[in-house]
This record gives sequence, structure tokens and C-alpha cells, in this order.
Amino acid sequence: MDKIFYTLLVYSENFAGLLNQITAVFTRRQLNIESLNVSASSIPGIHKYTITTWSDRETIEKVVKQIERKIDVIQAHYFTDDEIFLHEIALYKLSTPEVQENPEVSKIVRRHSAIFVEVNTTYCIVEKAGMTEEIISLYNELQKTGCMLQYVRSGRIAITKSCVERVNGFLEAREARYRQEKAGAAKKAL
Amino acid sequence: MKEKITGAEALMRSLEHEGVETLFGYPGGSIMPVYDALYDHRDTLNHILVRHEQCAAHAAQGYARVSGKVGVCLVTSGPGATNTITGIADAMMDSTPIVVIAGQVGAGFLGTDAFQEVDLVGVTQPITKWNYQIRRAEDVAWAVSRAFYIARSGRPGPVVLDFTKNAQTDTVDYEPKDVDFIRSYVPEPETDPVLLDEAARLIDSARKPLALVGQGVELGNAQEELKAFLEKANIPCGCTLLGLSAIPTAHPLNKGMLGMHGNLGPNIKTNECDVLIAIGMRFDDRVTGRLDAYAKQAKVIHLDIDPAEINKNVPVDIPVMGDCKKTLRLLTEKISPADHSEWIGSFREYETTEQTRVIEPEIHPAAGPLNMGEVVRAVSDATRNEAILVTDVGQNQMMAARYFQYGKPRSIVTSGGLGTMGFGLPAAIGATFARTGRPVCLFVGDGGIQMVLQELGTVMEQKAPVKIILLNNNFLGNVRQWQAMFFGHRYSFTPMLNPDYQQISAAYGIPSRRVMERAELAGAVREMLTSDGPFFLEACVVEEGNVMPMTTPGSSVDEMLLEC
Ligand SMILES: Cc1ncc(C[n+]2csc(CCOP(=O)(O)OP(=O)(O)O)c2C)c(N)n1
Repeated sequence: MDKIFYTLLVYSENFAGLLNQITAVFTRRQLNIESLNVSASSIPGIHKYTITTWSDRETIEKVVKQIERKIDVIQAHYFTDDEIFLHEIALYKLSTPEVQENPEVSKIVRRHSAIFVEVNTTYCIVEKAGMTEEIISLYNELQKTGCMLQYVRSGRIAITKSCVERVNGFLEAREARYRQEKAGAAKKAL
Repeated sequence: MKEKITGAEALMRSLEHEGVETLFGYPGGSIMPVYDALYDHRDTLNHILVRHEQCAAHAAQGYARVSGKVGVCLVTSGPGATNTITGIADAMMDSTPIVVIAGQVGAGFLGTDAFQEVDLVGVTQPITKWNYQIRRAEDVAWAVSRAFYIARSGRPGPVVLDFTKNAQTDTVDYEPKDVDFIRSYVPEPETDPVLLDEAARLIDSARKPLALVGQGVELGNAQEELKAFLEKANIPCGCTLLGLSAIPTAHPLNKGMLGMHGNLGPNIKTNECDVLIAIGMRFDDRVTGRLDAYAKQAKVIHLDIDPAEINKNVPVDIPVMGDCKKTLRLLTEKISPADHSEWIGSFREYETTEQTRVIEPEIHPAAGPLNMGEVVRAVSDATRNEAILVTDVGQNQMMAARYFQYGKPRSIVTSGGLGTMGFGLPAAIGATFARTGRPVCLFVGDGGIQMVLQELGTVMEQKAPVKIILLNNNFLGNVRQWQAMFFGHRYSFTPMLNPDYQQISAAYGIPSRRVMERAELAGAVREMLTSDGPFFLEACVVEEGNVMPMTTPGSSVDEMLLEC
């Protein structure tokens, strides 16, 4: 089956050990995680994981269900690149003397809409935010100039294009159903 | 009302609050404060001292499977905790609700390789439904309540609580907690009414429907709902190993066991039916055989409580999510009465073939040594199919499952998913504490019993009324059968040198008897069943008996060998 690049968005309670539980599902299915980003989400107390991996539709569906089955995972969904806005960030550390010697470097940086965020006598740091391909293309060009000392790329972060905020909706529905059941049970008790 | 007590005492109160009456355990350094607290609760919390922690977990499983309540075990940190791993993994595979409470070094020592420290939460993460480290006495009530709620709700499973020593000794203002809602956890998914309607329409249109009954029916206490459903639409069924007692063996719509050593009819008909209705079962590979040749002609309806089971192994046309007690009732309301007697009649040919070529020779042999199936059927008959069957793993398990007859729900306790040798004896001990008033009959092999022989000590001390039937074939029989069939009879390390089990039983003060002759079998079984308390019946059975029929590994479900 053809491999597709998937982005998983997972929301969980902020409990220790959850990252382990989530990555273990990938390990069991022998999937490599290409990138992983974990941070607080816009909902207080809830963590958001952005995970990318190459897989096929059938497998990714099972993976998502197995992740969602973890008690403290709130929701998990998978997306292809056309369903999300995504971003990555990269830092490029360049040797200042070589940058000064080669005017082409600044031009490359400007052409890629990247910015210098630090400059001192030994090195400078360039920051570039964007799509994976843009980041790699800047890397390739800088690499050719021979002035690069270090390079680091973040995991992907992504936000859905859909207008429905599934997690909020899910949590509200859960609370509502619980209140309803409680009320029903209380009525029965009377 | 709040009151200052230790975390260990809070655990006792929390267990009582959950309605726990029985726990299986073994003490040690890191759990001593808890055992000290337990000393004052002996009237309400019946603690069974096992002889090895693995057996505490299996006993809790046996207790849970028969009683429908959560089984509890209590062990110390490090080796005590790791000894329970097999039982936890087994409970995970077979959806058995247990809570394992293990001691842990004090929070200040965590991560320092302190004496008997093991990262239990890390180790048990993939084999638990949930696990949690209690590091503060304040968390005890909440964690215990959450543990029991998770273990028993939805698709049940094992929960581990890793209880640090400081949390046991620190004091807390105790207040009981009742967790009955976790926002991230949906124990019972909602049933989609559209899919329910579609399922009903498909069932109504079926000419050759076949239902596959799994343990989910027992876990959901939906035995009556199942019967009503099958009877209304006149649908024959096959049962998985763990679902065997969800419907009585004698029910005319029950066509027997599915899977590798199941009955011919339901296996062959799986590849002939037009609609396959899977109820609370998970299409294990021991049931399906080769997946690409499994029920390809059929439309598949799958009733399950766990969304992760849908499409996992077999593509499903109509998933019906929810507790099958509810979904079966709703489906039964929607479907129309039907008559499939011709289809049902078509099973007969296979039943007759199996009866004459496999079953009769197994249970009524003309001569020669005792057969395993013969012993099983003799016990089943003598209990008028009232007993609870517990098995170990191997030929004894398959023979017991095949030849025992089930009259009541929750009558089979066996290690299905993990296939754990050594499960039987401790699980049978646990089953006796469910206090059903029904006899508990264990079938076990000479290999399996020696894995947990020390538990005869528990049987002795508790006078646990386990009827132990050892099917002694002087072999690791199941492996020997495979060696005979697939490895050219090269019996590599499967012959088993056995001790004198009569002397062993005597040493533990357990009445016993050895039978070798057919003529003595009925009398020996009667003696076993009429004696109060435990009994050890050693049946010396044919050494190279084989479990048949069989779908060999890699074959499809309808390719069953009748003899080898
Ligand atoms: C803990 C464990 N170890 C090994 C096995 C592999 N195994 C499956 S059946 C079997 C033989 C069992 O022999 P015995 O207990 O004598 O029972 P029999 O098959 O003869 O009835 C073995 C070794 C297992 N299932 N579990």
C-alpha cells in the first residue's frame, strides 16, 4: 500500500507518562515518528501533541483508535497535509567571518524571508519559519556556501482548516451527557 | 466527615468503600504499612495469602471472571510487583477487571535504584488499561476509586496502582470518593441509530446468517438478550473459547466452538454464511485462521464496546457500537422473526461427521488408555453441567473446552489471549472465592500444574474446594502434538518426568486418587465430587493423544483436519 504523510493531532490530560503511552502505539505498529511536538493547548490543562509519520490509511486509522483508547487521551485525529495549516521553524548557525566574506549568504537569507536573530563576531543565527520544503531549501542553499556551523529543525505544529473545534465540542458533549445521566439516575432514585 | 488517618488505612477504607471483600496477596517490605493496616480489617477484607505473586494475579482473575466483580491483589515492590506481570498481561488480553496494588519505595527514593525499586508504571504501561503511581496520601481515595471505575467499566481490564511507602505512612483527611466520570474516557460509545437500522435490515435480508458469540456477551451480562436475539431471527451461532458459556451448550441454535480446535460446523459455515454477526468478540487469529480467506463472501456486522476492535482484523460492513446488552435488545426489537431451518439443518452433516470421526472415538473409546476428552465428559456429566470449568493451557484446555458442557453463564475460566500455562490452579482457587455454590473443576496438564505447584499450599490453607483434575500424559502435550504434526515427531524437550502426585497431594493434606482404568473413572469422579473441599484426581491418560479437529496454522477456517 502507498505510504502517505500523516499528521496526528492528539489531545490529552496533562498526566505524567502519557507521551510514553502514545509513542508506544507507534512502536508496536513499527511506525517511525518523523516529528513530534508537545505543548499546552489553547484549552487550559490540556496538552496537544502534533505527530507526523509515514503510513497507510488502514494502519493510521487503527493507530489513532488505539491512541484514543488510552484513558487520559481526550481525542486523536489524523490529517493529510491539505487538511491542515502547518508550520515548522528552523535555526541555522553560520560563521560570521564567512558570512562577511560571502555577500551571497545575506542574499539567500533575504530571498527566503528568513531573519538574523543573533549576530556576534564568531557566529550569527538565522531563523526561518515555514513549510518543510522551504526550510529544507534554505538549508540546501546555505549548505552550499559552506558557512553553516549548525542546523536544527523543530517538529511540525499544525492547526486544522475545519471550522469545527472538535475537542471543545467533545468535552461539552461529555459533560452534558454525564449531567443528563446523573439527573436521570437521581430521578429514578426518587 | 473528615478524619486524619494514614494512607495505608485510607486504602483499607477505600477498598471497603468499593465493596471489596476478597483480596489475594503476598507481603513484603514496601507494602508493610498496608499489611499492618489490613490486620485491623481482617473481619471485612478477606486476604488470601498465595504462595507466589503471579498466582495472586491469576487468582484475582479467576475471582473476577466468575463473580463479575473486580479482583484485587496486593503485593510488595520490585520482585513482588514484577511477579504479577504475567497475570496483568493475561487480564489485559482477556478483558478481565483486576486491580493490582503494589508497594513502591518512598517518593524520595524514586529513580535512585533503591532497594526493590522497579519502574512499575513504566513496565506495566503497555499491559494495563490504566496505571498510576500514588505518591501522596491525599491521592489514595481518588486513585482507588478511579482504578475500580476504569477496571470494571466499558471493556474491562487490569489497573495497576503503584503505592509509594511515604504515601502509605503519611496522614490524610480521609473522605471517600466516587469516580464515575472521566471526561477523556468513553466507557460506552454511543450507538448510531442509522447503523442499527442498517444492521437490522441486513439481518432481515439474510438467508444464511451466522452469529459469533464472544466473551463480551458474558462481560455485558447479555446472555438473555443474546438468546432472545438468536431465537427471534432463528440465527445459529458459534462461540469463541471465552464465550462458550454465554449460551447453553444444549441450546439448539448453539453450533459449538469456533477456532483452531473448534467444531467443524461453525468453522466451515463461517465461509458459507451470507451475513456474519460478531457479538463481543475480537476476531483473534486463533478464531479466524488465514485472514485473506476468512468469510470473504459475507457481509459483516460487528457489535462491540471497543471502537479499536472495529476493522482491526476483519473489515466490517456495519459496526454497531455500545454495550451489547443494550444493542442486542435494540436489534432484537428491530428485526423480524425469521425461519432459517434449512440453513440450520445444513450444519447437521458436519455435526454427524465430527461426532462419528472425532467425538465418539474420543469420549467412548473401545479400549486402550483413558482419553482426555473422555475424562472431561465424565466430569461434566457427573456435575449435570452445573460446574464452573477452569482450565490451564494446552491440550487439557482444548479438550476441556470441547468436551465440557455448559449450562449456566460465566462457566468457563481460561487463559485465551495470552495462553498462560500456570493460569489454571490459581484461577481455580480464585474462582472458589466467588462463592457461587457451584463446584469448581480444574483441568490441568502435568506441565502446567508444575508451574504453580506451590499453590497447593494455598488450597491446603484455605481448604479451597478446587476439584483438580490432572490430565497426566507425561508430555508437554500440546507442543508434542505440534512436533508430531509439523516437526517430524522430533520430541525436543517435551517428554515430562513427573513426580508422584499422590504423595504430593498427601503432603498438602489434599485427598487424592489416581485413575488409569476406564472402569474406575466414574467412581473416581463421584468420589471427587462428593468429597467436601479440595480433591486431586490424577487421570493417567493416553500419552500421545491429539486434539482434533484442527485448522493448521496458515490454513483457512474451513480447512479443518479431522485426524492427523
Ligand atoms: C508460560 C508458558 N510457557 C510455555 C507455553 C507453551 N506451551 C503451550 S501448551 C504447552 C504444553 C502444555 O503441557 P501440559 O501442561 O502438560 O498440558 P497438555 O498440553 O499436555 O495438556 C506449552 C509448553 C505456554 N503456553 N505458556
